[in-house]
Amino acid sequence: MSVHDEPAAPRGVAMPELLIGLGMLAAAGAVLWQTLAIPVSPLYSKVGPTVFPYITTGGMLVLALLLIKAAVQGGWQPDDEKETPTDWKSMGFVAAGLVANMLLIGSLGFTAASVIMFVLVCYGFGSRHPLRDLGMGLVLSLAAYFGFAKALGVNIGAGFFEDFANGAIATVASWFGA
Amino acid sequence: MDTLAQLAHGFSVAFSPVNLLWCLLGTTLGTAIGVLPGLGPALTIALLLPITYQVAPEASFILFAGIYYGAMYGGSTTSILLNTPGESATIVTALEGNKMARSGRGGAALATSAIGSFVAGTIGTLGVAFLAPVVVKFALSFGPAEYFSLMVLAFITVSAVLGSSAVRGLSSLFVGFVIGMIGVDLQTGQPRFTFGLTELLDGVDVIIAAVGLFAVGETLYVASRRYAGKDEIVPLKGSLYMTAQEWARSWKAWIRGAFIGFPIGAMPAGGAEIPTFLSYAVEKKLSKHKEEFGTVGAIEGVAGPEAANNASAAGVLVPMLTLGLPTSATAAIMLSAFQSYGINPGPLLFTTQGNLVWGLIASLFIANVILVILNLPLIGLWVKLLKIPAPQLYAGILVFSTVGTYGISQSPIDLVVLYLLGAVGFLMRRFDFPTAPVIIGMILGPLAEAQFRRAMTISNGDWTVFFTHPLSLTLLILAFLGLLGPHIWGYIERRRLKGQEAVPGDA
Repeated sequence: MSVHDEPAAPRGVAMPELLIGLGMLAAAGAVLWQTLAIPVSPLYSKVGPTVFPYITTGGMLVLALLLIKAAVQGGWQPDDEKETPTDWKSMGFVAAGLVANMLLIGSLGFTAASVIMFVLVCYGFGSRHPLRDLGMGLVLSLAAYFGFAKALGVNIGAGFFEDFANGAIATVASWFGA
Repeated sequence: MDTLAQLAHGFSVAFSPVNLLWCLLGTTLGTAIGVLPGLGPALTIALLLPITYQVAPEASFILFAGIYYGAMYGGSTTSILLNTPGESATIVTALEGNKMARSGRGGAALATSAIGSFVAGTIGTLGVAFLAPVVVKFALSFGPAEYFSLMVLAFITVSAVLGSSAVRGLSSLFVGFVIGMIGVDLQTGQPRFTFGLTELLDGVDVIIAAVGLFAVGETLYVASRRYAGKDEIVPLKGSLYMTAQEWARSWKAWIRGAFIGFPIGAMPAGGAEIPTFLSYAVEKKLSKHKEEFGTVGAIEGVAGPEAANNASAAGVLVPMLTLGLPTSATAAIMLSAFQSYGINPGPLLFTTQGNLVWGLIASLFIANVILVILNLPLIGLWVKLLKIPAPQLYAGILVFSTVGTYGISQSPIDLVVLYLLGAVGFLMRRFDFPTAPVIIGMILGPLAEAQFRRAMTISNGDWTVFFTHPLSLTLLILAFLGLLGPHIWGYIERRRLKGQEAVPGDA
């Protein structure tokens, strides 16, 4: 529970951790760049909008250097985490599902995009019944659309599935309403 | 006796049929998401934040508090039967609880954790009711300098003192600061960190940050770790009725756990990890059945930490309600729900929003009663939830995440930010960075900045204001000690050991 940043014996440079440290350094650079871009009114010289960004930049810089130092001294990952290989294929399918959702949600609507994402993510996690997943994804997405989104009062737009479902509901309602 | 009168009034708010229904809904939902791996109270409350535009504040906070408490109960079920702690707070419960389940005493483990959660949750909620007004009196004398220093102390404790590494915890916190600063600076109207994108002028919604880190990041992480092997569900065996001996061994552990958990949770440090580990150590030391620890599972080792966990969860509400100081990701998201109503938690909350605060506290007592019923007689129902296969569970989480984020403004940019934060969340999980400080930094960072600027304006730009106010100075010294104390201590220890012999790998 206490602070254990440095392993006792140097174990050589840990590449993944070094990349994380360098990433943090790059992020600090980006924050500095954006801080310099903040226009400061000369009337507001005391504690303007840039004071905290500068403090943040400084803090990130120090932390990035400490992370790099820890990485050069052998990294901080426990051995069992290091030894488990990353399942890139599985992650790839999940990422593909997310990207598909992002690209298609505007044109196809929430339900269709979500079903595609659902099937891809299930496949990534090892399910080998895409048709069954498609059915489950459709039911779940429509439930999310009509239950969750409507209950929360958020508007997530409508595609052809939602129009179809809304139309069906309106038709059924008109049978009873008329 | 003022507190009792206020509390009685609170019960009249909480016992209205509508609010009872919200409480029932919250506790049921909370138990469900606590049981399901991959879902937590922070993510759930974030996804439900839009409800704050629909219903009265009392209703949404009773709902959120039910989820918050329910997740603690549900999480222990998963720890005991699946040995996969859903949250860091239930790691310790899994230690002995899963051993008990494997040796056929799962029923007793679930019973002691549910009843212990009830006992400790009730003690903790009483603690909130009686301690909060005291803190309020104290906090009324706070000026901006004191608030700022208090926030600095909270930043240090939640990111550097708790958790496995100060550097990684602080890195997460600073990432949170950056996310929190994106958008228009409220005091000067200047855009910050927007990279020239108009979509970012409104800032990054806390829903997007929470969903990105906790849902998308977590899903990617679990997907990347499919080689790591599966956890098996231990079938529920053993009677839920505890024997006289099990009661005798449990009740003292519950009380001790509650009294360890509540004060630590109520400090501006927060966190449920330290009290659960502490309670575990205490129970192990005091137990007459030491041989059961780590072998067949000792009931004290479940009862104590589980009580400590729930009492500290109640304790966290004290700084959140009285000072507006969230010390966990869930509390930070609840704070943003307050902001969504235009309510500022702080000492004045107890006078200006008496109905809300006391109705909330009263509903916590009711939630505890509902939860012990939900989690004992109905336990079989929750065990079934554990059988939802991982592919459909995680795919479903992502569908609901889409509703929660895309629903904010139907902007694909939101989804881009969501997935970027998901990638960050994945890397953080993979490289052992805590995620809660990001959310805390994002919510509390802008508040700290506001207090800082207010203090500097009052002092006419004099930096020493933080050091000349005695209380502010004390808080900053505590923060400094929290940050560097362990290093200084370690240095002294090493100097002392050097004289003797160097022990390899034991720095």
